[in-house]
Amino acid sequence: MRYYASLPLSVKVKLPHGIEYDQPTGLFINNEFVPSISGKTFSVISPSTEEEITHVYEAVSEDVDAAVDAAEKAFKNSGWATADPSQRVSGLLKLADLVEEHAEVLASIESLDNGKSLMNARGDIALSAAYYRSCAGWCDKIDGRNINTGSTHLSYTKREPIGVCGQIIPWNFPQLMLSWKLGPALATGNTVVLKTAESTPLSALYLAKLVKEAGIPAGVVNIISGFGKTAGEAIAIHPRIRKVAFTGSTATGRHIMKRAAESNLKKVTLELGGKSPNIVFNDCNVKNAVQNLIVSIFYNSGEVCCAGSRIYCQSGIYDELLSEFKTAIEAVKIGDPFNEATFQGSQTSQQQLDKILGYIEKGKAEGATLVAGGERFGTKGFFIKPTVFGNVTEDMGVVKEEIFGPVVTITKFETVDEVIEKANDSEYGLAAGVHTEDINKAVDVSNRLHAGTVWVNTYSDFHTSVPFGGFNQSGFGREMGTEALDNYTQVKAVRIKISPKSA
Amino acid sequence: MSLSVQVKLPDGSTYTQPTGLFINNEFVKSIKGEKFESICPATEEPIAAVYRAYEEDVDVAVKAAREAYNTVWKETGGVQRGKLLFKLAELMEKHADELAGIEAHDSGKPKATNAIFDVEESANCMRYFGGWADKVTGKSIPLGKDKFAYTLHEPYGVCGQIIPWNYPLAMAAWKLGPALAAGNCVVLKTSEITPLSMLWLANLIKEAGFPPGVVNILSGFGKDAGARLASHEGVDKIAFTGSTATGQVIQQLASKNMKAVTLECGGKSALVIFDDADLDQAAKWAAIGIMSNQGQICTATSRIYIQDGAYDKFLQAFKAHVEEEYTSKQGCPFNDTHVVGPQISQPQYEKILSYIEIGKKEGAKLLSGGKTPASLTKGYFIEPTIFADISPDMRIANEEIFGPVVACGRFKTYEEGLKYANQTQYGLGSAVFTQDIAKAHRFASDLEAGMVWINSSNDSDIHVPFGGVKMSGVGRELGEYGLTIYTQAKAVHVNMGSKL
Repeated sequence: MRYYASLPLSVKVKLPHGIEYDQPTGLFINNEFVPSISGKTFSVISPSTEEEITHVYEAVSEDVDAAVDAAEKAFKNSGWATADPSQRVSGLLKLADLVEEHAEVLASIESLDNGKSLMNARGDIALSAAYYRSCAGWCDKIDGRNINTGSTHLSYTKREPIGVCGQIIPWNFPQLMLSWKLGPALATGNTVVLKTAESTPLSALYLAKLVKEAGIPAGVVNIISGFGKTAGEAIAIHPRIRKVAFTGSTATGRHIMKRAAESNLKKVTLELGGKSPNIVFNDCNVKNAVQNLIVSIFYNSGEVCCAGSRIYCQSGIYDELLSEFKTAIEAVKIGDPFNEATFQGSQTSQQQLDKILGYIEKGKAEGATLVAGGERFGTKGFFIKPTVFGNVTEDMGVVKEEIFGPVVTITKFETVDEVIEKANDSEYGLAAGVHTEDINKAVDVSNRLHAGTVWVNTYSDFHTSVPFGGFNQSGFGREMGTEALDNYTQVKAVRIKISPKSA
Repeated sequence: MSLSVQVKLPDGSTYTQPTGLFINNEFVKSIKGEKFESICPATEEPIAAVYRAYEEDVDVAVKAAREAYNTVWKETGGVQRGKLLFKLAELMEKHADELAGIEAHDSGKPKATNAIFDVEESANCMRYFGGWADKVTGKSIPLGKDKFAYTLHEPYGVCGQIIPWNYPLAMAAWKLGPALAAGNCVVLKTSEITPLSMLWLANLIKEAGFPPGVVNILSGFGKDAGARLASHEGVDKIAFTGSTATGQVIQQLASKNMKAVTLECGGKSALVIFDDADLDQAAKWAAIGIMSNQGQICTATSRIYIQDGAYDKFLQAFKAHVEEEYTSKQGCPFNDTHVVGPQISQPQYEKILSYIEIGKKEGAKLLSGGKTPASLTKGYFIEPTIFADISPDMRIANEEIFGPVVACGRFKTYEEGLKYANQTQYGLGSAVFTQDIAKAHRFASDLEAGMVWINSSNDSDIHVPFGGVKMSGVGRELGEYGLTIYTQAKAVHVNMGSKL
């Protein structure tokens, strides 16, 4: 890391399509951008060009302390938790409107920093705004229950905020993951310290400006850029953070849970990895199934936790489907994220590129057949061609382990029972896809799959009111839907004795 | 073609008052072409003449609503419905001053101390229900391997809504908000006494982007337009706020096609003060409870029962407070210092005065008010009026007066206080003042009322359900309950393999 003693707190960044904007570089604490206490900064690379965009200030544990101080004061004093919830309604509604107003800039920053196509980025921003708006509607509806326990008592529950929540988000959907975390935490009256991924800190810092403009009080939202081992660790072990929410790899999630337990037993919710099965039955609509397969593994360059990275295709349709799939893959436009026709952008970093290429080699070494792709695309930028492995066996690394790139395996199967067994033979359980025109089969198979989300005749098809999360080692807790509010509230039961007075 | 007139308000400003019936996002003449006048209760002068909807116009509006439901609104998801409601809330806030002015002029509510707050609440109500629109969920019910079931919380379709004159905008918001959030289309009939503000709001409904036919607003009278709406076979639900007598008629008319019915009717709510109450606070809240809105509140706590030990002290504080904060601040609604305006109409004015005479004849003691204020002979003004020493069988202690007239009496014990509080045919609101928490909650539990205020009165909130028991009505508005009551559950049973 470079010590950049005088990095300005805002730098002008020119986007490839001409828009120029002011990129904040500081840590967003108490509604202000400040340098890190040490003055440390780190470099931010554009993965589609491999060029440096800017530096941003790097938070380490002392900066996390400052952010927690701000969040704690805001929780106690700002009224965010205790005042009329209409303040939260108005703040989140305004934030949603501002995100829509700034949609093009936000999408462009996202494409620049993450490498995803502008097409994908615009979709992310639209979903984020919709989610803030949906959460706004929840703020004044966090009801408890009144429980009839007989005439001697008044018994009721309240759903109270937890306090200062630490949130650690990944680099694959920087804005969207930001909204899934901030939305429910703020709606329920918590204050947050959120660390972005070190590969993609930029769009969140831009959004921080909008948080302030939306009228959300100082200290309620604090956004810091930094690394897992330092800033992330500091959040996981912090004695005054009462809850940590993490989205990322299963390995890191396990580590965070340990640290949370060892430190102060802070509450934990985790959205982790997946190796989601995508099951295509003989009686599917082939054209639709192929389109859904493309989306499920090549959307966002395959850097999606719920990517359908194992295709199971019933034998009767296998040849036809594979042929259609290959044709569709050839039509996938990969390249410059700022080209309006591009569907698949770059992977997010050198590290990811290397890891995915490594898995491709592993697949070959394990004896799988390369049916499509299998190599880098171009020489500049971290692009990988859409890749398909056939003739795989269930024990291969490429079938069991999360690759997190545009690489999918395809396996033939005969019967429903067989495919369900194979699909469930995983330590993960995030999502699954089922493609069939037989509705009873669809429901029956959905019932039997061990996954937090089952998509039927669609994939990666989100709605702000529908919960998302994992079984098994894909995590616990749900995001979006009314269930997300449970992650950020704790139940207090009040029991008042109201026996008659003797007088 | 815009059907409108220019109206000049007492503060000198002018505005364009739509006069047509609002159907399919357009203002249209009624089929008969007949108009009726809306009178300003502070001056007894006509403000504007608006088109009067008769039965045939109701038919047109219902048809428009049904068409909109079948072709557009049924397919409009909750996220979009919510967005439209948020937009409407925003527009209402933007035009709050104009709306408050129209409301004050047409209904007699003082603009700065009453009408403006109604507008604020109405906007908040739209926003609150906008937040529910994408959160209407049923259940999924596991039933074993061979079957599962789920429920859809579906809108009714076309809802008729009939609102009163005491809170024209707010009553419309309480009805429109949840109905639209739940996915219904609406035909709303305003009170013939206060048709103006909702016609002006119709412009904002269109501007917010609601598709044509989703909201239709008719000015008209109960006996024809209202009756037609209540009995219409093309209407799936009728929601009514008004008198108990009319509510009973509506309920009968609705039986024609078994449409769902919700009624918010009359009240004679009791405010009970125990010896240990904070009497100063009780006096202030009690005043709010009966002297706000010129006593024209369905939940007015119009009977006050004070425990023996506190009786004289309370009445002294209450009389002083009412005279200082209400009686001396009565007059033109456009004077910002005024808190009490005129009663809504000549018939109401006469009815209230007749009850005052009844109270005197029955032997209640007149502590304050009891007549038209000397300086306000034009307009339907009546002084805030306090009767004391009532006995529970008096007519002024049992019948709804709907004016600034309160009947105060004494009680000895908890049981006696409860008996008096529960004795009327009504059960809308109620209030209890005590510092003893156990007593407060027990009393709340024992009261026969849809709402109980502990240590306050008429402190309603859009997040909390509102409605009555007994002859005060059926169903609840506001809060999540208000949303649910605009949906009906459809159970879907899925046969997963049970073969005969």
